[in-house]
Amino acid sequence: MDPIINLIIFACLGTASLLLSVLAVSSKSLLRAATYLLLVLICTAGFYLFLNYHFLAAVQISVYAGGVVVLFVFAIFLTSNKGDRLQKHQTKKYVMGALAALGGIAVTAFAVWKHQFVYGGNATMEGDQEINMKVIGAALMGTEKYQYLMPFEILSILLLAAIVGGILIARKR
Amino acid sequence: MFFIGIYGFITRKNMIAILISLELVLNAVEINFAVFNRYLFPGQMEGMFFTLFGIAITAAETAVALAIIINAYRVIGNIEIKNLSKMKN
Repeated sequence: MDPIINLIIFACLGTASLLLSVLAVSSKSLLRAATYLLLVLICTAGFYLFLNYHFLAAVQISVYAGGVVVLFVFAIFLTSNKGDRLQKHQTKKYVMGALAALGGIAVTAFAVWKHQFVYGGNATMEGDQEINMKVIGAALMGTEKYQYLMPFEILSILLLAAIVGGILIARKR
Repeated sequence: MFFIGIYGFITRKNMIAILISLELVLNAVEINFAVFNRYLFPGQMEGMFFTLFGIAITAAETAVALAIIINAYRVIGNIEIKNLSKMKN
C-alpha cells in the first residue's frame, strides 16, 4: 500500500479512537458512554486490520462488539432508573485524574521519544504478512514450544468459571 | 514516532463509569501487544496470542463484574461508588 494512504488511514483511526475514548469517559449518560466504547472497539478492530491481523480483528468485533457491549447495554438498562444522570465528584478529583493522566502521557511520550526502536522485519516484505489461519489453529492447539494448548484450556476453564460465577452472583435469591 | 497515539490512549481514564474505562485501558494494552508484535518481531506471533487471550479474559471479567453490579443494584438500589462502601455487614 502507498505510504501516504497508510498514514492517512492511521491518522483517521488514531484521532477517531482518541476522540471517541475521551467522549466515552466524559459523556453524561451511561448509554452514550457504552456506544462510544463500541465505536472505540470497532476502531481497534480497524487497527488490527491495518496491522494485517485479520483473525484478531474478527475476534475483536465478535467478542467485544457482539458480546461485551451488549452485556454493558443490558446492565445499564437493568440498573438505571428513569432519567438518571451520572453524579459528579468534586472538582478536586477531576484535577487529580487529569494530572495523573497527563503525567502518564508525559512519561510514555518521553520513553518513546528517547528509545530508538529497531524495526524487526525488512521493509520490503511488509504488507503481505498476514498470518495464515492454519498456522493460528496449529499454534493454538499444539503442545510444543511456542504453542498454546495449555493457556487455551485454562482459558476455557476460566470462561466456565465466569459463567457459573455470573449466574451465581446475579440470580435472584 | 509511529504509535504515540496509541500510548496517549492508554493513559487517560479515571471517572465514574469505571468499568468502561477499564475496558478502554485493556483495549489499549491489547493494541500495544499487537503493535509491538508487528513492528518489532514481525516473524513471530506471541503478541498476537497474548492479545487473543487478553480479549477472552476481558470478556470473562466483564461478565463477572456486570453480574456483581447487577446484584449490588438489587441490594442497594443504585450503583454509585460511595454507596457501595457499606456493603459488608
